[in-house]
Amino acid sequence: MNNKIKKLVPQVLTILFVILIFGFFTLNAQVNMDNRGIDFGFGFLKQEASFDMQFTLLDYDGQDSYAWAYVVALLNTLLVSFLGIIFCTILGVIIGVARLSQNFLIRNSAAWYVEFFRNIPLLLQIFFWYYAALRALPLPETAEPWFGVTYMTIKGYYIPSMIWENLNVFLSCLLAAIVSIIFIRIYARKLQEREGKQLPVFYISIGLLIILPLLSFLIGGVKLDFELPVLKQLAQTSFIFEGGIALPPELIALVVALSLYTSTFVAECVRAGIQGISKGQKEAAASVGLNPNQILKLVIMPQALRIIIPPTTNQYLNLTKNSSLAAAIAYPDLVLVFAGTALMQTGKAIEIVGITMLTYLTISLSIAALMNWYNKRIEIKEK
Amino acid sequence: MNISLSKIKTSNPITNIYIGSFLLSLAIFDVFVYSFFDLNITSFLPGNLNLFFPLIIGFIGLSFIRMEYSGIKLIDNINKHINPSNFNALLTLLIIFTVLKAIPPALSWMVLDANISGDTKSACTGTGACWTYIKVWFKRFMYGMYPNELHWRINSAFILVIALGFVGYFFKENLKKYLALYYVVIYPIIAFLIIYYLISGGSFGLVWVETGAWGGLSLTFIVSFFCLIFCFPLGMILALGRRSNLPAVKYVSICYIEFWRGVPLITVLFMSSVMFPMFLPEDFFMDKLVRVIIAITLFEAAYCAEVIRGGLQALPRGQYDAAKSLGMGYWKMHIFVILPQALKLVIPGIANTFLALVKDTPLIFVVGLAEIAGMLALAKTNPKWLGFAMEGYIFAAIIFWIICYAMSKYSYNLEQKYKTER
Repeated sequence: MNNKIKKLVPQVLTILFVILIFGFFTLNAQVNMDNRGIDFGFGFLKQEASFDMQFTLLDYDGQDSYAWAYVVALLNTLLVSFLGIIFCTILGVIIGVARLSQNFLIRNSAAWYVEFFRNIPLLLQIFFWYYAALRALPLPETAEPWFGVTYMTIKGYYIPSMIWENLNVFLSCLLAAIVSIIFIRIYARKLQEREGKQLPVFYISIGLLIILPLLSFLIGGVKLDFELPVLKQLAQTSFIFEGGIALPPELIALVVALSLYTSTFVAECVRAGIQGISKGQKEAAASVGLNPNQILKLVIMPQALRIIIPPTTNQYLNLTKNSSLAAAIAYPDLVLVFAGTALMQTGKAIEIVGITMLTYLTISLSIAALMNWYNKRIEIKEK
Repeated sequence: MNISLSKIKTSNPITNIYIGSFLLSLAIFDVFVYSFFDLNITSFLPGNLNLFFPLIIGFIGLSFIRMEYSGIKLIDNINKHINPSNFNALLTLLIIFTVLKAIPPALSWMVLDANISGDTKSACTGTGACWTYIKVWFKRFMYGMYPNELHWRINSAFILVIALGFVGYFFKENLKKYLALYYVVIYPIIAFLIIYYLISGGSFGLVWVETGAWGGLSLTFIVSFFCLIFCFPLGMILALGRRSNLPAVKYVSICYIEFWRGVPLITVLFMSSVMFPMFLPEDFFMDKLVRVIIAITLFEAAYCAEVIRGGLQALPRGQYDAAKSLGMGYWKMHIFVILPQALKLVIPGIANTFLALVKDTPLIFVVGLAEIAGMLALAKTNPKWLGFAMEGYIFAAIIFWIICYAMSKYSYNLEQKYKTER
């Protein structure tokens, strides 16, 4: 009996505490909203947003609703995160491997790279790229082409856009290639288990990925044209590039800063993963008679990835959350558009901040759940 | 000239060393002269070959030098550390050349062509950096809009707080048991009082200075200091809560931790500045700075809790069993047996959390508190000082880099220290 009370009392107290805090806040919020004549509700989402966005992936203009503005802004956030993740992975793996190089200069350069970019606050890095580095770029009329057809100017990076004919034929060919690769992999595994024969799966996959889309060009009637950015004079001294795709400087600064900053953490994860595998594993694999390629593919990588992937996913999550710093340089991401402009216009502080937080929470928790599932799947099953 | 790699290995090693060192020095000399004195000694070669000449020469030189054992210490070191294979030789040369190329422009921008004299923009005539800008704005970057003649108050408050932080070292043996009590309870209160009465003023004949005038690096320190001392006890309670057997306590802690870890700090700051006032009673006013400190504390406490939980989990079960078998209750067991050991384990992790906290503080700029990033934005748009964004951000980056690098080195040292003890 005594024991039961001992367990019950702290729990009841905790729950009471939580209920009291929430109750207190709700009560105050109600009083405050009544006084200011605001009512709680999500009806505003259907209203016309009547603000413009600098850069969008989907069609958007001021007449669309707040809900659509939310979707467009969320896509902008996801675009930055996606680009950042790709670049930080590439950089991070290179730097992480370089930190273990036997070459003194490479090892130390990589170490300094990590120490340098890791120890400067991300916000300052974003500001540096946006306000200082990218402002030193040439004006459109004086810009020299990079790679012949792209232009890096103070107003952004202009690249050619692709104009497809029969895009769906091309896409279905690509899909067919991927599906057939999956089937071939399954077949190859079965073949190996049954007869011990090995198929060159990698080369077959590469071949399929190249040949099938190529066929669509030759037979399927797919055509690809490029629309090049062309310099156009607006007034005496004002020039602009037309055509192609324009990547705004905000996006570039954000992606550069995010990928440089996060790549240092990814590099540390990669280094820890490779160092975490004992030398004995390699020697044992060699003594069983595997060749160096097989050692890397069958023994080292599966174990290293097990150590590398969970913390790296964590870094990707951090990058996604850090992409919200976009608000500081006016890149139209979720925080700037929704928690900034939309909030100022509607005054619905509780609803809008709530939706924004819930969005990030959903992204984080779903990736965390995915990671837990993955960890369970790959963990070493001890008897 | 026809050089094949097989030929290099068979010929006389000493000749190879001479030829190799000569070619390598020639390559480095070429790049050095070109980047420092703008002298192109290989201009007689056609276009692209001219560009790649040092790389080719250096590469051939390094492959001449490469051998198992030469007897010369320098050559052996070079071979072992920077020249073990063709691929490495190429990378080595690229790094050396990049550094050589980058030094002169960086040096001339930062030092040689830079200006530091004078008090106005017109003093900056050179093509390099304008450090005059930093010199003129230095006080603003450090103290924000805090009145110039009152800066001694900030300085003395910081000195007092730091001095009180070291008091623990001089505790006598019989007072040692109160050390934790001092740091967790008494010290934060005293520090708060000092900062409140000295920096805010308003009593003891000191002029009241609004928090809106605080800013610059000193605000960064104030915010990170308070968040640091408040988030640690909160994180400890949450970590214990998450490990608790009581379902209600456990799930409340889990919800708290996962919620704060799942949202970006910037939305938390937005919440503190626009949403939180709605949750308070009407006539109750809370200063913006206090709201921001509370928000960051709640946010960082979740990260702190996860680090401490890691330490609690790392302790062997035997410690719990042993404490229980001595008849200790939950609190006694945790205070005297579990926490002292667990906290020792997580010191590096905690240090990393604090490092992240310091790096996060510039974010308070987005809710309108002018710490160093905010002051830079202000100075940048001042019509008298347009066009010096680069200098400002480089200055701030250097300051933060020094602070964060020192902290990370310190945490690494702690890690090494406690690693060997166990």
